Amino acid sequence: MTRRQLWQGFIEHLDMPLLLGLGLLMSASLLTLYSAGNHDFERVLAQGANILVAMCCLWVVANLPLHYLMRTAVPIYVLGMVLLIGVALFGDISHGARRWLNLGVATIQPSELMKIGVPLMMAWYFERHEASLTMKNYIVATLLLLMPVALIARQPDLGTSLLISASGFYVLFLAGLSWRVIGGFALASIASAPVMWNLLHEYQRHRILMLFDPSQDALGKGYHTIQSMIAVGSGGLFGKGYLNGTQSHLDFLPERTTDFIFAVYSEEFGLIGNFILLAMYFFVIARGFVITANASTYFTRLMAGSITLTFATYAFVNMGMVSGILPVVGVPLPLVSYGGTSMLTLLLGFGMLMSIQTHKKLVKT
Amino acid sequence: MNRIELKNHQQEIFNFRLRLVISIVFVLLLLGILLARFVYLQTMRHDYYQTLAEKNRISVVPITPNRGLILDRNGVVLAHNFAGYTLEITPSKVANLQATINELATLIDIAPRDRKRFKKLMAESHDFETLLIRSRLSDEEVARFAAQQYRFPGVEIKARLFREYPYADKTAHLLGYIGRINQADVDRLEKNDSTSNYRGTDYIGKTGLEQFYEDELHGTTGIEQVEVDSAGRAVRILSRSAPVSGNTLVLSIDAKLQEIAEQAFGDYRGALVAIDPANGEVLAFVSRPGYDPSLFIDGIDEESWKELNDSPDHPLNNRVLRGQYPAGSTIKPFMALAGLFYNARSPEFSISDPGFYTLPGNRHRYRDWKKEGHGTVNLFRSIVVSCDTYYYGLAVELGIDNIFNYLSNFGFGKKTGIDLHGEVSGLLPSQEWKQKRYKQKWYTGDTVSVGIGQGYSLVTPLQLAHATATLANGGIGHTPHLVREVRNSGSNKSTLQENKPGLDVKIAPEHLDLVKRAMVAVTQPGGTAVQAATGAPYAIAGKTGTAQVIGMKQGEKYDASKISERYHDHAWFMAFAPAEQPRIAVVVLAENGGHGGSTAAPIARKVMDYYLLGKVPQTDAAVIVKATGAASGVAEVEEEHD
Repeated sequence: MTRRQLWQGFIEHLDMPLLLGLGLLMSASLLTLYSAGNHDFERVLAQGANILVAMCCLWVVANLPLHYLMRTAVPIYVLGMVLLIGVALFGDISHGARRWLNLGVATIQPSELMKIGVPLMMAWYFERHEASLTMKNYIVATLLLLMPVALIARQPDLGTSLLISASGFYVLFLAGLSWRVIGGFALASIASAPVMWNLLHEYQRHRILMLFDPSQDALGKGYHTIQSMIAVGSGGLFGKGYLNGTQSHLDFLPERTTDFIFAVYSEEFGLIGNFILLAMYFFVIARGFVITANASTYFTRLMAGSITLTFATYAFVNMGMVSGILPVVGVPLPLVSYGGTSMLTLLLGFGMLMSIQTHKKLVKT
Repeated sequence: MNRIELKNHQQEIFNFRLRLVISIVFVLLLLGILLARFVYLQTMRHDYYQTLAEKNRISVVPITPNRGLILDRNGVVLAHNFAGYTLEITPSKVANLQATINELATLIDIAPRDRKRFKKLMAESHDFETLLIRSRLSDEEVARFAAQQYRFPGVEIKARLFREYPYADKTAHLLGYIGRINQADVDRLEKNDSTSNYRGTDYIGKTGLEQFYEDELHGTTGIEQVEVDSAGRAVRILSRSAPVSGNTLVLSIDAKLQEIAEQAFGDYRGALVAIDPANGEVLAFVSRPGYDPSLFIDGIDEESWKELNDSPDHPLNNRVLRGQYPAGSTIKPFMALAGLFYNARSPEFSISDPGFYTLPGNRHRYRDWKKEGHGTVNLFRSIVVSCDTYYYGLAVELGIDNIFNYLSNFGFGKKTGIDLHGEVSGLLPSQEWKQKRYKQKWYTGDTVSVGIGQGYSLVTPLQLAHATATLANGGIGHTPHLVREVRNSGSNKSTLQENKPGLDVKIAPEHLDLVKRAMVAVTQPGGTAVQAATGAPYAIAGKTGTAQVIGMKQGEKYDASKISERYHDHAWFMAFAPAEQPRIAVVVLAENGGHGGSTAAPIARKVMDYYLLGKVPQTDAAVIVKATGAASGVAEVEEEHD
């Protein structure tokens, strides 16, 4: 094999437009991290390492034929459920929530695994019953969704459980859940809102209340929102310039390398920068939809659609939270926030998208 | 529902694509919401958030200037600043004030006085202000609190400059004091549009020179724009305008002279003013008793206030400026000049004094202080022996209008215009005044006692000193002033205070000479104040006076031994020396001192001796020698016992 053939083989299962989009967002991540970390190059390097590891996984997943992918659905889901139950029983408590499981070698957060595991399982389930979908199948799929969601919500981790609900709902939606049921759900959830409100933890209620009037607790729980809105708003049209954000560099922004990194970006690059960032996200999402539209099997369609929509949801929820239209939930800005786990989860998903895009000819029978 | 749907592949793809399109619309909607939000925040609300970000970032810190020093004419420090620590509480940040203060008291000595003062401060100020609970912490106390500070949110140690008056009560009436800025001060500052210059300043001149020269002493507040991080730590200085320290006041006061004068008073209450007749510079300014001005700086506690305010000695009363007394016989030299001026008396004209005066057609006897009378008395002798009868007649002949006009030329009945607030004008009665005050016409009988400085007339020690200096200077009186020069703290340039000509009395040289000679004779054997000049190598021109505290009934005799000390007459002595070329004019008032010649004159003498000869009074040295002698005597006895 020539070197050229080797290269061809290496990139055979990578989707170049998608890769370009991801690359742009990850560059924005490294750039912003350098500023957010106050010129901390080590943090940039660490994020680079995260990206590298996650890219390797992406390559592996992209090269996996789809039937392998499908075969992983049940084991991943079962493993995830076991770990979640393990967390509920033996998990470590940090910041008042039981989210982490100490396995001796490493501490893991099983809910991350379920971000992939739940839609995978549901798509697998629908694929199996594709020929004869009945209401019963939808109910079973919903149960497959609700079990892990309930466990995660109990930890309590409202943000993640809602996001997993969303990704599961996207599978149901794309699988053709009837409009009447969706409408019924919507009505039911509005009707049950007061009940849900009472089920929420005090701090969760507080976060939602903060949204309406962050100033009532400016130094306490409203602090995050107020400071990030100041950062975004003071950025103006053109931003304060790279490395010149005062809100971030003078330590007014909390968690500015992770959940609130968008505030740093927005302060320094302004509305123009935000528009470019949204365009990059849209580019990735649009490519995801193209792949979804071209997907050859029921499973891959559901999977690709869910991954794309979930990605869009993450981006929306994070930016909505930073700009003060959504409550503060611990959702990182996908591909930009610092963190290995979320990078890995996201790129595994995009690996699947690439696999779906590049393996379809082989699967077609 | 268990009907098995046969799948139509095309239909299924169509359905899926439809859902996909809905998804795309959904995503576009989400992105649209975000974009709208960004546009709103970053364009429409940009100014608002920009301001907030700047407010976050920039903290404007006023830098208080150092208050100007006050020095005496020789550079001796009378008021200065020293760095020290205070313990301060912000009530709004403390949950349980009482408990916190009790807890603090276990670490730092907090006297009941401090607590009372704190309570008073709290009533006067807002909750969010930091209020002083203890000042002048020792280094040890600072260290002890610093170690425990975490237990006391809202309590902090502050480094401050304290005002200190080394001469304490000896200069209290002169310098006044600074005190915490209160609402009245704020209102005044607002009126003068100078609130911004007082940002960060806690104290302001309240009385005395501290008040009068506030603008000079305060200086200009500097401003530092500091970039701060979220913890409030200063990250870097953005801009800084340095504060300009207040200007230094150099007084005409001689601190040593002031001290000697203070000591010369002994236990007497009273006042002393020494003026350089040539330029109006005040050399000594004594009001006895004084008080400790440091009590007032941080707000005086109720108890100390009561003690000072209710004291029968009235230590808070500035007697030089605000004490109003009958001038008594000290008015006679001025009356004599009036008599000469209006040709009512010639130098040679003599009366025969039977010891009393009666108005024509009236049997009421105006008694001379000497029951048997002084015999033949001309103008010269009338001053030397202080003959009342001579002046009763003179006053009546001059008439109240002439007396009023002439004496007001010497500044009686008017404020001198000294550089202090709160001066009172005394009282020089006139027909008009009496009509206004009592709605009565002026009677000739009223004029009689005016001739000897009694009756309605009242003077302040400062007025009399001003008049004395004017007389000493041949009729040209300079407005008395305490500040000699203002030294600019920045350029170190001095601005000399001008000598403002205040009075201009036309006195014929021969009249002046006559009165001066008579006043010199007062301090010579045969005069009323021999004690003043005994052994003095320079000639002293003087005049004694007695101000009645209680009126005597007709035919009643004043007997000092029979009445309470507080009702004894006040003793006056006015003098200038050397008589030929006066360099100093002194007025002494010793309250309840009895006779001017014996109590007031020796005090004036000590002041003149020091000023003219540099002589420090013997008595102090003698007392010290005596005391040590006695002590060593005791020691010897003890040694014998051993």
